[in-house]
Amino acid sequence: MNEETKSTGNQPETVMTGTSLWKDAWKRLLKNKLSVFGLVVMSIITFAVVFGPMIIKATTGLTPDYIPADGNLIQSFPPSWQHWMGTDEAGRDLLSRVLQGGRISLMVGIISTFVSLIVGVSYGAIAGYMGGRIDNVMMRIVDIIYAIPYILIVIVLLSVFGGQNTPDWIESLAGIFGGGAGRSQIFLLFFSLGLVSWLTMARVVRGQILSLKNQEFVLAARATGVSTPKIIFKHLVPNALGPVIVYATLTIPSVMLTEAFLSFLGIGVQAPFASWGSLAADGIKNIAIFPWQLIFPGVTMALTLFSLNFLGDGLRDALDPQTRKF
Amino acid sequence: MLKFILKRLLIIVPMALLVVTLTWGLIRIAPGNFYSTERQLPPAIEANIKKKYGLDQPWYIQYGKMMGNILRLDFGDSLKYQGQSVNEIIKRHFPYSATIGILAYLLALIVGLFAGIVAALKQNSFFDYFSMALAMLGLSVPNFVIGPILVLFFSLGLYWLPPARWGGPLYLIMPVITLSAIYMAYIARLTRAGMLEVMRSDYIRTARAKGLSETTVLLKHGLRGGIIPVVSFTGPALASLLAGTVVVEKVFAIPGLGNIFIQSVLNRDEPLILGIVAFLSILIMIFNLAVDISYGFLDPRIRYE
Repeated sequence: MNEETKSTGNQPETVMTGTSLWKDAWKRLLKNKLSVFGLVVMSIITFAVVFGPMIIKATTGLTPDYIPADGNLIQSFPPSWQHWMGTDEAGRDLLSRVLQGGRISLMVGIISTFVSLIVGVSYGAIAGYMGGRIDNVMMRIVDIIYAIPYILIVIVLLSVFGGQNTPDWIESLAGIFGGGAGRSQIFLLFFSLGLVSWLTMARVVRGQILSLKNQEFVLAARATGVSTPKIIFKHLVPNALGPVIVYATLTIPSVMLTEAFLSFLGIGVQAPFASWGSLAADGIKNIAIFPWQLIFPGVTMALTLFSLNFLGDGLRDALDPQTRKF
Repeated sequence: MLKFILKRLLIIVPMALLVVTLTWGLIRIAPGNFYSTERQLPPAIEANIKKKYGLDQPWYIQYGKMMGNILRLDFGDSLKYQGQSVNEIIKRHFPYSATIGILAYLLALIVGLFAGIVAALKQNSFFDYFSMALAMLGLSVPNFVIGPILVLFFSLGLYWLPPARWGGPLYLIMPVITLSAIYMAYIARLTRAGMLEVMRSDYIRTARAKGLSETTVLLKHGLRGGIIPVVSFTGPALASLLAGTVVVEKVFAIPGLGNIFIQSVLNRDEPLILGIVAFLSILIMIFNLAVDISYGFLDPRIRYE
């Protein structure tokens, strides 16, 4: 898919500059020290989150929900060589819990962004290309949804459908992801966060398509009899990919922050699963006595968001033709 | 202009009703009920409860009744807080949230605008890098981490500030800082970007060419255009400020409306949920309208039909 976008997407650019837009952007990105920092930190965190729990289990035998059999060990210990981030009140290893929680947090961020990407890009592209009355109606709908304080609705959605109140049809939909207790709640999170974050994406894409659709390559495609859906998704969307990627990178941290906030309030990710937000919520209860229980998940999350934001900023500078002027 | 305002004011009513309908629908689709959180009830008692709250009637009658109540701005009594009307509860708890919210946004505006303007004027200076790095930090550290860390230092370490609850102005300092951090960061970044763009524009060159002093150019001409992104950010910011206050109220044990809202949703206290949703939606929409109107004053090129 990537190869294809490169070849169809950037014909004009390639002809004019002799180097592809993506190579150019990549070079610019590597020049930006902060973005490289973000890229490196994100790679490390992704690696740790994906493989960390397994490595810890293989080396020390600790799992995120391993409660020691020895009663004296069932208390919160400060960080030590054995437990790098200490343990929680039940004596569980905090490092494995933070890494496990990171899986959920990152997954929610990425999948919800993906949902918003698919919905937002198709919606914006169709509205932009069709134009006229269709465009008017579609964008007016976006305007109306924009004015709704979605956070209230998300809170209602998550808490009335959460816990034991999940209807069967959501349970069965969540079965696609494996099903089981707590999974349907995570599915609801993907769904509701994706639902509210596609709006800006749709606007961004529409703006791009509007400026692209009168160019010669679209006319050429139309003249050779390419169908409308094909023009939109094979010719126009690949050309608007730059801003889309930038905006998606910036959506991930904001979605993760919302997830953390909901989990912190106890209506997001629920036991047996944990995320950085719910770990921090557990930690805050004991902040005076066991500060590490809040600080480690909190700081890990902050570091992740920090890197993602830097990466997004760098990508914007590298890809966005608007800022490239300066 | 007047026509524009009137049109927008009129649209608020159907929008608020739409939001309320959505919320009502969500509550009704979900299984369970407000009394099902307690122990299993005998069928006779359950039937009585249903009768008392009109739950035995068909849904469209219940919906109609609910809508009628909302149009009269009378949300009825709370189901969980017996004998208290929703209006009373909102009136009692909203001032806490509003105080923190307004103060936090003001603080964010003052600090953010100042940092953004100075960073833009002294682009690539130490102050620019320093404040933008700080802003990035503010964007990335969740407020439920900032708050407890402040408490850890200033209350439990230094004993300077009270750690929680509501009292004199001293009690306000930490919640307001916690809430404003992310907006401060956003506003500083938006102001910097906006000012950088505006200061390169033609009308600024004209103003300079006329021989106006640098301060006049900056404050009278540059700032007006430069803060437009900040003004448009204010709309979405108010909506998310609500979410922020919920966290801050929880961290600092403040009896604000955010906490009450979360509680009401968990209790399935339908009249209270709908009342708060309607109240906050209308509030946000009015603020959004105010934001749109203020564009016209800031940028004379923007016109309303």
